[in-house]
Amino acid sequence: MSSDQPTPRRSVWRALLRFRARRVDLLVAALLAVLGFALAVQVRSTQDEGLLASARQEDLVQILDELDNRSDRLREEVASLTRTQEELSSGSGDATTALREARRRTQLLGVVAGTLPASGPGIVVTLRDPEGGLSASLLLDAMMELRNAGAEAMQVEGSTPSGTRAVRVVASTSFVDTEEGVQVDGQELRAPFRFVVIGDASTLAGALAIPGGVQDTVEQALGTVEVNRSGNVRVTALHLPEQPRYARPD
Amino acid sequence: MIPALALVLGVVLGLVLNPTVPTGLQPYLPIAVVAALDALFGAVRAQLDGIFDDRVFVVSFVSNVLVAALVVFLGDQLGVGGQLSTGVVVVLGIRIFTNAAAIRRHVFHA
Repeated sequence: MSSDQPTPRRSVWRALLRFRARRVDLLVAALLAVLGFALAVQVRSTQDEGLLASARQEDLVQILDELDNRSDRLREEVASLTRTQEELSSGSGDATTALREARRRTQLLGVVAGTLPASGPGIVVTLRDPEGGLSASLLLDAMMELRNAGAEAMQVEGSTPSGTRAVRVVASTSFVDTEEGVQVDGQELRAPFRFVVIGDASTLAGALAIPGGVQDTVEQALGTVEVNRSGNVRVTALHLPEQPRYARPD
Repeated sequence: MIPALALVLGVVLGLVLNPTVPTGLQPYLPIAVVAALDALFGAVRAQLDGIFDDRVFVVSFVSNVLVAALVVFLGDQLGVGGQLSTGVVVVLGIRIFTNAAAIRRHVFHA
């Protein structure tokens, strides 16, 4: 290659020489470097940014509508619970009934608020990603899907340097992307992630398998989703309720 | 050769540094990239036609990017940013296709 074909080599050398000699060539190279840079950055940012950042206005409006509907429903629930509470505290019923009702309610609310462990039928979802492509928004999606499918109690587990940790999923649970993995309520977790969910197993499993849903997204990121249905799963991680800073019960 | 290396270097830099696109630039960057790609394809075609002039390339590259960004900016101000972006992308896309076809004829003689 080198001895019998000297011409291409020499022309490359000549091109190099000419490149040194002319400033406009440098400009062309700089422009192309900028183009390559912008191209890579744009492609990256399109891939990286979660659904919300790249979603179009119409989609955002729809998402907002769904959230509004959800908060409306929750507000109605709050109203009905408040009514019950007023009925109880108005003192028409006798004390033991009120006490029993209060205990029952505390337990129910403890499960919802994550202050009590719970067990029941449900599923265990394992999300694995050898490529490290599982993001906070994906976990958030999974949590939303499971909630919408009627999950009654949920904890998310992940590995940490000091073994597996579980975090109870409550209303205020947050998911934040970090360098290493995902921070769930301040607890740094890494894949594989496990959702332990109590609820109707077939509905929950179905919610993850809808086209374009969690399972599809994870598999696009070259990860795997494993769903195990079980007659009895235990959600044991607890959430420590914080004293609200501003809200006071009326 | 050198420009191709520069392009690759830019891509690698972009992938390694992975900077965040400033919010103000977000609508314009994709359009600017497409406009620059159009200039690039035009340059390759001109090179194959033997009429490549680097000054023309530099000027067309920069003006392409600026005009495309300006059109989208104007569109945003007029409230038709989305539609104008689509328009710009369609026009540039057609030009890229035309140039690609010319390049193909040169390379494959078909």
